[in-house]
Amino acid sequence: MNTNSNSYTIIYASVLVIIVAFLLAFVNSSLRDLQGKNVELDTKKQILSSLGIKDTEDAESKFAEVVKSDMVVAEDGTLKPYEGTFITGYEKEFKENGRAHIFICDVDGETKYVIPVYGTGLWGAIWGYVALNEDKNTVFGTYFSHASETPGLGAEIAGEHFQNEFKGKNVMEGNAVGLGVVKNGKIEKPEYQVDGISGGTITSLAVDQMLKNCMGQYTKFLTTKE
Amino acid sequence: MGSLFSAKNKEVFSTPISMNNPVTVQVLGICSALAVTSKLEPAIVMGLSVTIITAFSNVVISLIRKTIPNRIRIIVQLVVVAALVTIVSELLKAFAYDVSVQLSVYVGLIITNCILMGRLEAFAMANGPWESCLDGLGNGLGYAKILVIVAFIRELLGSGTLLGFNILNYDAIKNAGYVNNGLMLMPPMALIIVACLIWYQRAKHKELQDNE
Repeated sequence: MNTNSNSYTIIYASVLVIIVAFLLAFVNSSLRDLQGKNVELDTKKQILSSLGIKDTEDAESKFAEVVKSDMVVAEDGTLKPYEGTFITGYEKEFKENGRAHIFICDVDGETKYVIPVYGTGLWGAIWGYVALNEDKNTVFGTYFSHASETPGLGAEIAGEHFQNEFKGKNVMEGNAVGLGVVKNGKIEKPEYQVDGISGGTITSLAVDQMLKNCMGQYTKFLTTKE
Repeated sequence: MGSLFSAKNKEVFSTPISMNNPVTVQVLGICSALAVTSKLEPAIVMGLSVTIITAFSNVVISLIRKTIPNRIRIIVQLVVVAALVTIVSELLKAFAYDVSVQLSVYVGLIITNCILMGRLEAFAMANGPWESCLDGLGNGLGYAKILVIVAFIRELLGSGTLLGFNILNYDAIKNAGYVNNGLMLMPPMALIIVACLIWYQRAKHKELQDNE
């Protein structure tokens, strides 16, 4: 058979593409449920991690035990309970449905609030969770992660060393978010600011922007003292 | 095809690891050697993924090599590689989520790795499935070897850690005047280290030197 004829080439290409397309579609649809569960479990692990609960064997039951409610912040700063399936993409949730989520948690008898944050780093998406103490102002713990920051530089935002720097910092400076990251060695307000990663300045400043943008949505709630 | 582990087949497997290394001798796959070697862990995972995917795509292409129209063979190779990489990435997301998170962008980068295309074009198009599988494994491991060496040097001297464990960041060492070399974490150092490895290998083996 002449494998160099035009018709053979066209038929070969079409058949190959159709086979591969079906194969990929089949793999994708048959694995989607499993992947969705993994993403959900991973999100829960990240939220627990911001509360300082790491390496749990059973994240699912630990999450149910620690996280008391999934709330949505209204315009006036009050919280309304969220009814619906667990959300894993908080950026999409805010942009499409206008809902800013906050989790009310109970760690060793103390109330903590967890706020999801999201933004754009140097190469791709960055996101995280900030846990606040009951006073709604001091940071209890943080968790940050990224899609594709530079290993060894920007990617260090996912390291514990960087995340622990936030502990005990204040969030609100008047009516604006004061909590932030500055270029390494340029701290002016140590009660609000955290040292960036040297060599990873763009990612560090992206974290700063992310905190200011996302936590700004909660200004009313955070400044209302009971 | 001869016996499964004949002398020729052993050679197919072992030369890419040493004397015909894809990175240091053929100078392929340099871009990823630069991108993923600032830490040891992603380097190891990347090396293993490339090994597995090179072996599989070599076998697939070798099986269908006689039916591939010559004019679109590169496209066919690309489609097979891309499909395999996508399937592996989907499987990882479903069954080994933690690993897939660590690999993130590197999985996609495998498609563009020149070693894969190079082996498909140079070997799998002309040899049987078993030899092609050995060739894929050998080239993948040869690539992984260089990545691990480069990442070892860069992480140790750049961050003072290995696989994230602290090796050099102790007060006693710091007090003696030692500091981590931040330049090691920058991409140019990967090229310089690869160049040193090439230098070392050529100096040691006369047959690799250009005769002029």
